Amino acid sequence: MIAARDLAKSYRTAAKEPGFYGTLRHFFHRRYRSIDAVKGISFSIEPGEIVGFLGPNGAGKTTALKMLTGLIHPTAGSVQVAGHTPFSREHAFLRRITLVMGQKQQLIWDLPVLDSLRINAAVYDIEPAEAKNRVEELSRMLGLKEQLTQPVRKLSLGERMKAELMASLLHRPEVLFLDEPTLGLDVNAQAAVRKFLLEYNALYGATILLTSHYMADIVALCKRVMMIHEGRLIYDGSLDAVLERFAPYREVKLELKQEARAEDLRSFGEVESVDGREARLIVRRDDLTQTLERLLGTLEIVDLTVSDPPIERVIGKIFHDGASAVPKTELAATPT
Amino acid sequence: MRRYLNMLRHFWATSLAAEMEYRLNFAVAAATATLGLIGSLFGLWLFFSRGGTLGGWTWDQSLVVMGIFTVLEGVSATLLTPNLGRLVSHVRTGTLDFVLLKPIDSQFWLSTRYFSPGGLPDVAFGVIVTGVAAWRLGLEPVNMLLSLAPLATACVVLYSLWFLLATTGIWFVKIYNATEVLRSLLESGRFPSSAYPAAWRFAFTFILPVAFMTTVPARVMLGRGGAAWPIASLGVAVVLFACSRLFWRFALRYYTSASS
Repeated sequence: MIAARDLAKSYRTAAKEPGFYGTLRHFFHRRYRSIDAVKGISFSIEPGEIVGFLGPNGAGKTTALKMLTGLIHPTAGSVQVAGHTPFSREHAFLRRITLVMGQKQQLIWDLPVLDSLRINAAVYDIEPAEAKNRVEELSRMLGLKEQLTQPVRKLSLGERMKAELMASLLHRPEVLFLDEPTLGLDVNAQAAVRKFLLEYNALYGATILLTSHYMADIVALCKRVMMIHEGRLIYDGSLDAVLERFAPYREVKLELKQEARAEDLRSFGEVESVDGREARLIVRRDDLTQTLERLLGTLEIVDLTVSDPPIERVIGKIFHDGASAVPKTELAATPT
Repeated sequence: MRRYLNMLRHFWATSLAAEMEYRLNFAVAAATATLGLIGSLFGLWLFFSRGGTLGGWTWDQSLVVMGIFTVLEGVSATLLTPNLGRLVSHVRTGTLDFVLLKPIDSQFWLSTRYFSPGGLPDVAFGVIVTGVAAWRLGLEPVNMLLSLAPLATACVVLYSLWFLLATTGIWFVKIYNATEVLRSLLESGRFPSSAYPAAWRFAFTFILPVAFMTTVPARVMLGRGGAAWPIASLGVAVVLFACSRLFWRFALRYYTSASS
C-alpha cells in the first residue's frame, strides 16, 4: 500500500544570530544552511497494517509524513501510496488518503461539527443520504451525539479530536496518516481514540501510519514500529522484537521479610529502587535464572515478580544511544 | 461543475451561519458602509456645487462611476477580503495543508470558501446610486444591461490582482502591508479616470488597471465610445486571471518543497 525507496528531503533554512545585530544581519544578508531532514529511508507497508512511526522531536517524522501525503516533494528517492505518486496530488489519490494532525484542526470554529461535515461531504462528493449514514456510523463508533450540534469552540479537547477524526474519515480513506492524534488528550479520551482506530481498521481494512509520543498508543495499536532518528530509519520490525533486541534486561520486583538495604542487593544487579521491604532490580536476561537462584538462596523473600522494563524506557534508551545502538544486521533484515 | 456549485452553496451557507453568530458585527458593517458612501457623496457634491466638471464628466455621470465603484467595493468586502485575507494565515499556521489535501482545486477553495454579508449593503447602495443617476440621466436600459458585462470583467480584474498579491504570501508571510497598498490604489477608481492628470491616468490604465474596473462599465452605461474599451477590458481580465492561476501553481511549488 505504501512503498518508499531511499526517500530523502533536505531544505534550506535561514540562520539568525540572536540579538539586535543578528536581526540586522538577518534582514540584509541572510545566511542559509541546508538541513537534511530525512536521509534516505526505505520501507513498505502492506494493506491493513497499523504501523507506529517513532522518533524524538525533529527526527524527521513529520517531514516523512508530508512526503507520503504529497504535501512536499522529496529531494531524492521515490514513493508510492495506494498506487499513486503522492506529490502529483491527483484527486483520485487524495480521495483515498487522509491526514490528521493533532495540533492543527480543519473544523469551523464557530459552527457545529455537522456544518464542517456537510462541507466535507460536498467536497468529496458524497450523496447527502450516504453522508448521513456515515456520520451516524462514525458518531456511534466515537461516542459523539449531541456534541455534533454544538459549536466547535464549545467542545472539549477530546471531543474536538473525535470530531476532527469524523471530518477526516467521512470520505472513508484507505490510508490514514495520523500525526500525534492523541496529543494533549486525557487518558480516557486517548483510550477512546485508540479503540476507534482499531475498529475503523478492522471494519474497512484501512492502512494506518501514526506517530505518537504516547507509548500507550503504540502498544495498543501497532504490531510493527519504525524508528527514525536524525533522518535515518534505525529500526523497522515488530514491537515485541524491540524489547527482545534492545532490552536484554528484566525487572525483578522483590518483597522481603525484613527491611532491605541497597548495599545487600547490589551484588545481584542494578538497584532501581528500595522502599522499605520492597525493592526493584534490573537484571541481565542471560543471568536471570542464576540470579534468581542466588536471591532465593541468600535472602528471605516473601514475593517475587519478573517483568519487562517499561517500554518508554527502552525506546528512550534507544534514541538516547542513537543509531549506534542498532547492530548493522538489524537494518539489513526488515521484517514486515 | 455541479459539484463545484454544490460546494459553493455549502461554503456560503456555513459562512453566513458563522457570521450570524456575531450579530452586532453585521450591524456595524452595515453602518460603516452607509457612512462611507455618505462621505464620498458629500465630497463629490462639494466639488460639483461650485460648478466644476470632472475631466468632462458631469455630476450625474460621476455618480454612475462612484456607484460602480461602491458595488466593486461591496463585492471585495463580501468575497475578496474574507477569502484572500486568510491566505496568509493559512500559510503561517499550516492549515493550507488541509486545503491542499482536498480533492478540489485549491485556488477555488481559497477564493470562495468564505462569504461575508458585511459587504452587501455596499453593493445595494452602489446599485441604488447608479440607478438614481441613470434615471436622472435618462439612460437607455439596453446600455445599463450591457454594462453588466464590463462590470463582471471588472470583478475578475480586481480578483486576479488581489489573488496575485495574496499569493506572494507564500514567500513573504507578512503581506498585510502590500494588500493595503492595493486597496488604497483602488480608491482611485472612485472617480472617472479622465479626472486625473495624464501621468496618473496612464498608470491607472496600464499599470494598475483601475480604469478598467470602474470607468469602462460607466462609459458603456452612458453610451460613450465604442466597443474597443469593453473588449480591451475583457482581454485584461482574461490575461490577469490566467496569470493568477499560473502564479499560484508556481508559488505552490515553493510552498510544498520548502515547508517542514
